[in-house]
Amino acid sequence: MSVPRYWRNEVPRYRLQGEECSQCGAKYFPTRPVCKCGSTDFKPYKLAERGEVVTWTTISSAPTGFEKYVPYVVALIELEDGCKVLSQVVDIAPDAVEAGLKVEAVFRKVKEDGKEGILQYGYKFRPVVE
Amino acid sequence: MRKVKIAGVGLIRVSEYWDKPIQSLFAEASMKSMKDAGVDAVDKVYVSNMGGSLMQDQLNLAAVMADSLGTPGLPATRIEAGSASGGVAFHEAVQAVASGYSDAVMVTGVEKLSDILPEVVTTGLAMAEEQEYTAYTGVTKAGIAAMIHRLYMDLYATPEEVCMMAVKSHEHAVGCKHAQYPFKMSLQRAMSSPMEADPIHMMECSGIGDGAASLILVPADDEGVEVAGTAVSTDYTSIAARQDPLEMKAIKTAADRAYKMAKIKATDIDLAEVQDDFSINGVLGIEGLGLAKPGKGAKLVNSDDVDKEGKIPVNTFGGLKARGNPLGATGIYQLAEIAWQLQGKAGDHQIPDAKIGVAENMGGMASICAVNVLRRADK
Repeated sequence: MSVPRYWRNEVPRYRLQGEECSQCGAKYFPTRPVCKCGSTDFKPYKLAERGEVVTWTTISSAPTGFEKYVPYVVALIELEDGCKVLSQVVDIAPDAVEAGLKVEAVFRKVKEDGKEGILQYGYKFRPVVE
Repeated sequence: MRKVKIAGVGLIRVSEYWDKPIQSLFAEASMKSMKDAGVDAVDKVYVSNMGGSLMQDQLNLAAVMADSLGTPGLPATRIEAGSASGGVAFHEAVQAVASGYSDAVMVTGVEKLSDILPEVVTTGLAMAEEQEYTAYTGVTKAGIAAMIHRLYMDLYATPEEVCMMAVKSHEHAVGCKHAQYPFKMSLQRAMSSPMEADPIHMMECSGIGDGAASLILVPADDEGVEVAGTAVSTDYTSIAARQDPLEMKAIKTAADRAYKMAKIKATDIDLAEVQDDFSINGVLGIEGLGLAKPGKGAKLVNSDDVDKEGKIPVNTFGGLKARGNPLGATGIYQLAEIAWQLQGKAGDHQIPDAKIGVAENMGGMASICAVNVLRRADK
């Protein structure tokens, strides 16, 4: 991961920030150059930080850089504002995850690019404790 | 636009070729298809390959593959569309002949996964997903299929019913000389294998194999196997961006376009090859092709309709699961197998009087999909 490529993703990944189309109001995370309505005019949009698990899996064979987190849960999460995100769900045993589980965004380390590479941070989700 | 036919078919067994470089696999399949077509030269080569830049550290693969044929001067293009590379390359190759620009086109798919370690294969497969927000989560190709698999199970089918897709593919591979795993696999064996990505078991996933398959395309002459329809479609790459994550729009759209071009309906199809790299993907392929209604694909797989003697045989040589899945070559294997069926050259796998066959070849979680329809020309 090159430094500029990491740096340009810091705001969306650290703040869970996407964009809203100024024309039709569609919300995107991650952002995209062109809206489904054809507009290229967007304003920043901060996503809801709470939502619930729609579906999930437990990764047993991980890609390079994620090996030491195995087994870990990746879920499709629907946020309270209707946006959907893919994210790891942490601080819970994989067997305890279920559809409808209430989760909240949390700032975490994602992976290390080798011994001398970038430490990548960003969002993960964890169960809400009421 | 000219009509196009398949004049030659060549392939090698899907296996692990530790002793051969990727060039040898490519050349072997290519020479077989040229021999089958009775030609000693072509005027264009399409190379379909997904992972050469990772697995062999090889860019400019088209030149390296053309070089292996020993005839400098050949125009060559490499097509990469993830796991759909084969179907998409075929789609392009057909247009080269249909347009009149080329008169004899070779499209050869080649992939050599055994040059890297299995865990790197997992990383390579995830490279077909969008990198900065999808692969970034640590999700794998199996992981994305697993999330869809779970949604499907909640609504439509039991885990066993979905798993039957893999069992059926293995049944069809028995006796197949070019299959990597030509043996039966019981439902119990598959369901008791370790989890790859919960709820997908390891034995519901296609394995790691090397392979190459080749086709020669020429203008049609009312004989042999014609390309009746060809289409490619794409979708939002992330399942999070799709309104209904269970709906594989790219498969459906590509199928609709290909059927329209072929002037057929799904009910006209005699046999189908679907992308069963995971059992759920095979089920969704069947639904996307319109062979079963949404949510009814697993039920169809559990009936005898998809068997060799059934109404709509699926994966007649074992599919990705049992014939094998050499990624960028897979889509060409599918079409080669359908061509053999329509030529009456399918041996023990022959579907009697097969006239129309369809191949569904998707990349990512149906972020791209090629659907190609082949038809036996009536004299």
